[in-house]
Amino acid sequence: MIGAADRRVPLAPAPMLALFAVFATLPWWIEAVGLYPYLGVEIMIWIVFALGFNLLLGTSGLPSFGHGAYFGVGAYGFGLAQFHLHPNLWLCLGVALAAGALAGALVGCFVSHRRGIYFALLTIAFGQIFWFVAVKWHSVTHGEDGLLNIRRPDADFGFVAWSLQSNEALYAFCFAVFAFVVLLLWRLVHSPYGRVLAAIRQNETRARFVGYHVWLFKWSAFTLSAAIAGLAGGLFALAQQSAYPNVMSLSQSGLVVMMTLIGGGLVSFWGPVLGTVVFFLARDLLGAYTEAWLLWYGLLFMLIVLFKPEGLAGLLHVRSKPAA
Amino acid sequence: MFEASRLHKRFGAQVVLEDVSLRFEAGRLSGIMGPNGAGKTTCFNLLTGRHAPDRGRVTFEGRDITGLPPRAIARLGISRSFQIMNLFDEYSALDNVLVATPGVRTRGFSMLTDLSRARGPLEEAHEVLARVGLGGKAATRARDLSYGDRRALEIGVALAAKPRLLFLDEPTAGLGAQGTARIAGLIGELKRSITLVMIEHDMKFLFGLADHIYVMHWGQVIAEGTPAMLRANPWVQRSNLGQLG
Repeated sequence: MIGAADRRVPLAPAPMLALFAVFATLPWWIEAVGLYPYLGVEIMIWIVFALGFNLLLGTSGLPSFGHGAYFGVGAYGFGLAQFHLHPNLWLCLGVALAAGALAGALVGCFVSHRRGIYFALLTIAFGQIFWFVAVKWHSVTHGEDGLLNIRRPDADFGFVAWSLQSNEALYAFCFAVFAFVVLLLWRLVHSPYGRVLAAIRQNETRARFVGYHVWLFKWSAFTLSAAIAGLAGGLFALAQQSAYPNVMSLSQSGLVVMMTLIGGGLVSFWGPVLGTVVFFLARDLLGAYTEAWLLWYGLLFMLIVLFKPEGLAGLLHVRSKPAA
Repeated sequence: MFEASRLHKRFGAQVVLEDVSLRFEAGRLSGIMGPNGAGKTTCFNLLTGRHAPDRGRVTFEGRDITGLPPRAIARLGISRSFQIMNLFDEYSALDNVLVATPGVRTRGFSMLTDLSRARGPLEEAHEVLARVGLGGKAATRARDLSYGDRRALEIGVALAAKPRLLFLDEPTAGLGAQGTARIAGLIGELKRSITLVMIEHDMKFLFGLADHIYVMHWGQVIAEGTPAMLRANPWVQRSNLGQLG
């Protein structure tokens, strides 16, 4: 993620084109390798979540360990907007995004003057609050059961409306959102804003003395990241046709951290992508052999943290740009 | 240009600064000297907004800046370097300087533009690097630079903000004779265009460059004047502050 700023950043670098090529063609070959198209939807949603998460962890150096909360808030937002406002896809996704952003903006007010372990602990605590509310506020969230029977509204473009009932249409829609978010975040990380966030990660004190409003940068990054998590949560509710407290649990929050670290989010923009793919492949491929696949995945995580903290991206030398 | 009057600061039970008043005139190089623990760096921290003074007033060009946060003071045109180096270690020398330019600072919340197209700030950053003698090392990561180069970059980052007043906290800390000579050359050149305030242990270095010097001891200003005046000052001689050679 660290490169010289005087070099022109390509709009879509090679790893991005490769990523888009894989996911654009996935429905046509995934069954031939013994998997199923819906897995692609899941992976894309989690990549969106993980890339947004890494805006905090990798770019800004802010360990948000309760990030599942904003994913969950987005999922509930999608469902509640559909039930109580209007079953329009854009409205529901907009509410998911806005709900994530709002929750993030609120929590951001309390955590943005912290860093390191204190930041991490506070985000866990706030994450647990959201989870607890989701479980206990029965009249709104339906407790442990969550929101069931969320429908998939049509993608209405005014002149043409596509039904998302079929998994193929759902896939195409998720791919479009996914590609948009990947392009956007790539741009963001290499914009002046992204470069300042990375500068703050490296030396908060110096950033302050060159005149940056460090708190505002951290708060805005937290809000943005939570908004993207909310959007991912909205897509999840759309795909899964439900929203339940489990997605906000501490273990789900831990998963996105693990994915990002295993993939190498600290050294590469593409780390979270690799990590997410590896996680889901491990779940489905290892899971086919053993119930205890998470044990093996956990061991993999420990090995990587011990011996290759830069993650898979560090192993493969897939850097977003060659180090200057 | 810059005036601090009757500053007091205590940390817990310890009084670190007591009734310190300083004046830095435009176009001059002012020095602050004194033994370790005299309160020099604390003094800088009060003047640049890191800490607020318990009592006293700080004004810059007639404006009260007492207790303003560092970013606000920086934006008024006051910049500082640090005794213990404070660089963006993973960034190249160029990026270190670039992120400190006003051009990038005003674009800080620009989220979708490409920094490599910001020609103005890039040119400025290259100029600053050339000025501090790092023109050929723009692409080297800060952490991979030699100690002397890092010292120069430390000044470069402060300089990139285009300050009218520049505070330098022991710019030669840890440098040998050669490195010190390099920094002396740089500061001598800066002196012609920027008002400078410098904390320094190296007496020879400070006396050779400064127009006006404050001597601090135990959190108080015990003497002040031109280098020539201070050489004759019995306080300075008696307090055994250094070997003036």
